Amino acid sequence: MTEGVPHTRHHPRWLRPRLSTYWWLQRRSYFAFIVRELSSLAVAWFVFYLLALIRAVSLGAMNYERFLAWSRNPAIVVLNGVGFLLVVYHAITWFKLAPQAMVVHVRGERVPGVLIAASNYALWVVATLAVAWLLLRT
Amino acid sequence: MADRIKLQVTRYRPEEELEATVQEYEVPCPKEWVVLDGLNYVKDHLDGTLSYRWSCRMGICGSCGMTVNGEPKLTCATFLSQYGGGPVRVEPLRNFPVIRDLVVDIGDFMKKLVKVKPWLVRAEEKPQSEGEYRQTPQEMDEYKQYSMCINCMLCYAACRIYGLDPTFIGPAAIALAQRYNLDGRDQGAEERLEILSQHEGIWGCTFVGECTEVCPKHVDPAGAIQRYKLTAALETVKAFVMPRGGT
Repeated sequence: MTEGVPHTRHHPRWLRPRLSTYWWLQRRSYFAFIVRELSSLAVAWFVFYLLALIRAVSLGAMNYERFLAWSRNPAIVVLNGVGFLLVVYHAITWFKLAPQAMVVHVRGERVPGVLIAASNYALWVVATLAVAWLLLRT
Repeated sequence: MADRIKLQVTRYRPEEELEATVQEYEVPCPKEWVVLDGLNYVKDHLDGTLSYRWSCRMGICGSCGMTVNGEPKLTCATFLSQYGGGPVRVEPLRNFPVIRDLVVDIGDFMKKLVKVKPWLVRAEEKPQSEGEYRQTPQEMDEYKQYSMCINCMLCYAACRIYGLDPTFIGPAAIALAQRYNLDGRDQGAEERLEILSQHEGIWGCTFVGECTEVCPKHVDPAGAIQRYKLTAALETVKAFVMPRGGT
């Protein structure tokens, strides 16, 4: 602490402003960053949910039915809904980052960032369609 | 457009006060005047005690960075007219200790900059008789963007990570390290990896991305850091898979 200490030429008293605890509310981009970081919790939640589902299936039909009943609980439905939106947001921020982190050359030419992002989105669509086909075929 | 505008300038006079105060000045506002012109008018005509840094007035020296209406800006490249009727709030760059008024201490940045060896490192210099180290335009394009950094430190002022953890080496220093890492004439990437792969190096960055947003030279320090994370991760995997360097 420098308060009360006299300022002299050889011992200058510098001002050290403290960062506000609420810095993340001061700018939209800071808030978006915090939401992105928190969306990792939603990713963790879906990993847990998937593991719980696999366990329920492995323990037989009765456990699976119990898991489905638990999943129909309004609180779990809301949690999954909010979690899904956060995971989509997380994925979009990841795809936005990809062109900045990846530098790809084809025949000596640098591939534009838009194409790198587009290829990520294309892979996402293909993976989604593959999963949908797997789940919806009868 | 108003012909005069109010500047609300942060004052800190350490021999007189413990906290910063705000002083208001009214300055002319011709359409070609930038914030720095307003400050120079204050210094020349209204209050000669106001302290701030500036030099080239053309976005090259990087010394006139300040916080203008809450945003880190080069005051020589920020027009007063873009703030309508004002007032325009001028504060020192954030995340740095304030020495006086709008002057901040840049010692921490200078120490960190040297650590990443922002110069061409050669294991052995070839004799002059063999001529210069030649590069193709494509080779130069690899690092040119990062070489545009003017050390204005706006990226440090915008970086929340540096604000929260001053041990973080910071955006400009990492971007400048990349400038040399990607230069075909340089052989110092391994030495820089030791510094940059520490926690205070690239891994301290959580990609807020504001450094890139505020950069007046479009250097994209956030991109440089993310790109280097990929390089460092690959180097770690390589060292694990080939502990003897593949020999």
